[in-house]
Amino acid sequence: MHPSLAALCLALILPVAADDWPRFRGANGDGFSSVPVATHLDASAIQWSVDLPGRGLSSPIIVGDRLFVTCSSGGRQDRLHVRCHSVADGHLLWERQFWATGRTMTHEKICGAVPTPVSDGRRIFALFSSNDCVALDFDGNLLWYRGLGRDYPNASNSLGMSSSLVYAGDTLVALVENDSESFTAGFYPADGLNRWKIERPRKANWTSPTLVPGAGGRTLVAVQSAKGLAALDPSSGATVWSYDEGASTVPSTTVSGGRLYVPSNGLTVLEPGAAGEPPKQVWRAPQLRPGTASPVVVGDQVLVLNDGGILTAGSTVDGHRLWQLRLKGSMTSTPVAAGGHLFCINEEGLVQVVRLGPTAGEVVSEMPLGQTILGTPSIARGSLFVRSDHRLWRIGRPAGSPL
Amino acid sequence: MKSAYPFLLAFGLFAFPPAGRSADVSAALDNVRSVGAEGQGNAAAAKAWRTLADLPVSQLPALLLAMDGANDYAANWLRSAAEVVAQRAGSGAATLPLPALREFLLDVRHHPRARRFAFELIRSADPVAAKELLPRFLNDPGAELRRDAVQALVDGVAAADKSAAVPRLQEALAAARDADQIEAIAKRLGELDTPVDLREVFGWVTRWKVVGPFDNMGGAGFERAFPPEQSVDPKAEYPGKTGSVTWREYETVNELGLVDLNKPIGALKGVAGYAVAEFNVDHAQPVEIRLGTENGWKVWVNGRFLFGRDEYHRANEIDQYRMPVTLQPGHNVILLKLCQNEQTEDWAKGWEFQLRVTDPLGAPIRPLR
Repeated sequence: MHPSLAALCLALILPVAADDWPRFRGANGDGFSSVPVATHLDASAIQWSVDLPGRGLSSPIIVGDRLFVTCSSGGRQDRLHVRCHSVADGHLLWERQFWATGRTMTHEKICGAVPTPVSDGRRIFALFSSNDCVALDFDGNLLWYRGLGRDYPNASNSLGMSSSLVYAGDTLVALVENDSESFTAGFYPADGLNRWKIERPRKANWTSPTLVPGAGGRTLVAVQSAKGLAALDPSSGATVWSYDEGASTVPSTTVSGGRLYVPSNGLTVLEPGAAGEPPKQVWRAPQLRPGTASPVVVGDQVLVLNDGGILTAGSTVDGHRLWQLRLKGSMTSTPVAAGGHLFCINEEGLVQVVRLGPTAGEVVSEMPLGQTILGTPSIARGSLFVRSDHRLWRIGRPAGSPL
Repeated sequence: MKSAYPFLLAFGLFAFPPAGRSADVSAALDNVRSVGAEGQGNAAAAKAWRTLADLPVSQLPALLLAMDGANDYAANWLRSAAEVVAQRAGSGAATLPLPALREFLLDVRHHPRARRFAFELIRSADPVAAKELLPRFLNDPGAELRRDAVQALVDGVAAADKSAAVPRLQEALAAARDADQIEAIAKRLGELDTPVDLREVFGWVTRWKVVGPFDNMGGAGFERAFPPEQSVDPKAEYPGKTGSVTWREYETVNELGLVDLNKPIGALKGVAGYAVAEFNVDHAQPVEIRLGTENGWKVWVNGRFLFGRDEYHRANEIDQYRMPVTLQPGHNVILLKLCQNEQTEDWAKGWEFQLRVTDPLGAPIRPLR
């Protein structure tokens, strides 16, 4: 599929504006923004920041003038928060709290608010590690509530669940894969009832589904697991094609230019066939091995970041290594890209802005936020939106200012 | 489901519905309280929720009252409706019906989470009053309120004054039910030269009979019913994975109650073992079996299967799994199946569990000896 056609297909999936960031890693799920963001960051670039009432690794999502973010709080992390803030100044527009109905145990490093919500432009759907799933309209009116951890009591993970929701073809898709009662399900967005539910490999899985172009302009949902990758029809959950050569259960597949960059045997690039046949392998690069962070594609470079902070750029043509750069600190957050720069945040909350050159990467600015940050930032309105366990920031420059 | 409206009238909290609205509100409450598993009733509840969210702030206690007896799905619908009503009114003391909320909060018969929400509303309007109320909840039947009160007591202890600190921390320890609070308080007491016997505080089941190994290669033993699942006979001899196996006594002295099957059965992989304990009580009572383990497991009480999970080496913690069950008067038998997989990493050697029997809030139940 021609890259521009693929991009068009994905852009049509959600009725949101081009500069919105309606799900994990943005409208296309690739962590890439076509709108540049300020790159010389310091304290003066903080447009606003607000306190949050609970912990979270989920990304903020931005639709129109509203930002939505989830948190969890309480001694057992069993209080679930969905908050709506003004994009303009950060003030709280509304908040809804819920009591978790599923297991809330997680690794101490994470918490109950790990999956990133998704919006279809009219509603917000939020999933938590306890597998509680809530749908609200933009004014905070409750549309439905599901307790997937209560409905399916062995659907849990003692280290926590992290997979983010996707919305495709009028179906909300949740990957609830774990060692025991493992499934992926599609829900009717109007009332949350199961549209389909399929058994999946019984192995813990922290990856997020992503959307891939299918035959005839259809959108498929790619679900990754230790077995590999399966492309599902969002209306039925039927497997359209699969790739069975194994894949990571932590970093997720990135779709860019109609190709799939799969964390599999290092990094494996797949290109789906035009008529739904299994994808062909374009290249495989064992040396491009992502850590916790998912790969990011910028132009003709694919960037992978390992947990120790080594950033590696590979060629999207054949996967050969172009350059490496050692960043500061340990990395959990997936970087985002805009304006030829990569925005990486280490676990100590140090934002590192990397200019992506053809033969080298260069850190052009650093900005300490002073708090542990494990979540992936978001980009909208020419700003970076970052959250920690306690705080939410909008970082950037007013429109028209030098970047 | 029966209408909630007469129920509300019985409590006298809903005796002032606006004219012409009571039937609508009653129906809305019924619809919201009818939600169930797998999204059952969501569509009707969404419409009903709008009616409830439009109620005047004076009806907040009624919304909280409707949580009594509601399932956990419905409680969330009701909570969020009450949240909207409260947020629309603002948090000022002049707008919220504070006397009614206080009355609701102090009545321990109500839904503990609804009471905690009432407390939060009071705190938003009058933080001083809320702070003054907090010590009342030190022995509250609601987990969140109790936790708050315990923490307030602990936070108020000045470590420098040991003679005053120790009794206050001991009071907090006696009231605490959450494992993290118990361990934190015990640590502080230890630092004040007042060691705490965590075995006693948590009330672990420490005396077991264990048998194994049985075969669990490929994880197949998890679903396979080996002879101890048919009947527990302490004198029986079973065909095990490597030969005949018999029950043997095992008592743990670990302060966190850990029963390490690597010791009595052997440091093996791809195996299953069983542990059985007698638990005698003088009267029938609802309890929770609370288990922590990083291994695959199944639990039966008096021959009735409670739950099981085939997850290996992800993590374990105190009270990781909580299973409600009613003990019968006299003799009760707790049977645990514990499966070990074939992972060879150092961090996958654990084949152990910790188990206690508590009341629904987490206070240990002591067996009759």
